[in-house]
Amino acid sequence: MEVPILKQQHYLIATVQAALTDADLTYLRDALVERVGKFRSHAVIVDVTALDVMDSFASRTLRDLAYMIRLRGAETVIVGIQPEVAFAMVQLGLNLEGVATALDLEEGLAFLNHKGKSRGAGSNLSRN
Amino acid sequence: MVVVVKTNVSPRFKTQQTTEFTAALLRELVAHLRQNRTQLRQEWARRIQEAQLLTAMSEEEIFAEATSVYDNYVEAVETGTFEALQAYARNLSERVIPRGVETDEVVGIVLLLRDVLARSLFAKYQDDFDKLNSILDAYEPAANRIANTVAVGFVQERERIIREQQDAIRELSTPVLQVRERLLILPIIGAIDPQRARQLTEQLLRAIRTNRAKVVVIDITGVAALNSVVASHLVQTVEASRLLGAMVIVTGLSPEIAQTLVTIGVDLGKMHTVGDLQGGIEEAERLLGYKVISIVEDGSQA
Repeated sequence: MEVPILKQQHYLIATVQAALTDADLTYLRDALVERVGKFRSHAVIVDVTALDVMDSFASRTLRDLAYMIRLRGAETVIVGIQPEVAFAMVQLGLNLEGVATALDLEEGLAFLNHKGKSRGAGSNLSRN
Repeated sequence: MVVVVKTNVSPRFKTQQTTEFTAALLRELVAHLRQNRTQLRQEWARRIQEAQLLTAMSEEEIFAEATSVYDNYVEAVETGTFEALQAYARNLSERVIPRGVETDEVVGIVLLLRDVLARSLFAKYQDDFDKLNSILDAYEPAANRIANTVAVGFVQERERIIREQQDAIRELSTPVLQVRERLLILPIIGAIDPQRARQLTEQLLRAIRTNRAKVVVIDITGVAALNSVVASHLVQTVEASRLLGAMVIVTGLSPEIAQTLVTIGVDLGKMHTVGDLQGGIEEAERLLGYKVISIVEDGSQA
């Protein structure tokens, strides 16, 4: 099942709708890495709310995806990991090290907007 | 069906004969117990009071319970099935345990009934020793099983209550509290075993999602000791929370714990630690962009 990739201003949003095969994941990774350059996107959001299982291949692919996107000069946020999935993942030692995560799409967008604003100013999270 | 088989009588025919014989005796026994119901029941209730058992219950209550126990008892002897008695024992335990009835009292009254009935059998068959012997052969196993069933039922009910309370304590022992919008605190008190650590993590993750938390402060001031297993659980909790987009600050690591962790070489590099709970909350507020301002400045606005 192919994952639709939506372009929303400077962001690319990929929402996973159903369980993915390894081939689907690889395809998603390659497509995102390619389009991030094509659309000159600043960031990529991958929404995995629909996934109720995340195996080592999926989590490695997402991590590689984030690293590759970073090398292409953009950010990646993985959003919507379910509590049970998160718990199972850390027990298996899959912790998506170095990859930004957020609760859901809204949070992911807020995180990126915030980061975009403070870019150059060099400050971290602060609301005032 | 209660089957009494003498060990040296092995051929099937004889066994069957013995079974029928036992059944006939049991019928006779049951008839006897039914006939003398009133008298035996009274005798039993009297003995219970004499032995000062069930002091938590009134005389009428004891008599009422005695009646239903008696009837269930006779029924169990008659049918040889213990399900009804078991259910009754569980139900009885449910009612009497909250009133402070002890295990020895319950076992005591059942043994008293066994004694009362045995005595009545002695009295009835005192002239016919052989008959008495075979009646007792039929009666004793059934009586023993009944005593067993009631005692086990009582203990099981107790254990069930203890289990429930343990669950309740465990649930209460890990409160996840929201102190500000998107800021949760999780004070941990007492020993952490793998089961509790797991439950703690699950509760925290669920709370993160429902409260849409961004920062969580885990305070372990109340944790006496931390070993490598618990430390790795803590690291897992921190990582799982991060996957949900929440940042974790750990506070209240005592000098001893700090030393233990360094000595056993637990990698706390991924953990954000702050000295005490106050510092942790202040740090969390800073991360969330809150600024706490005292409205009483120089006493002028007070």
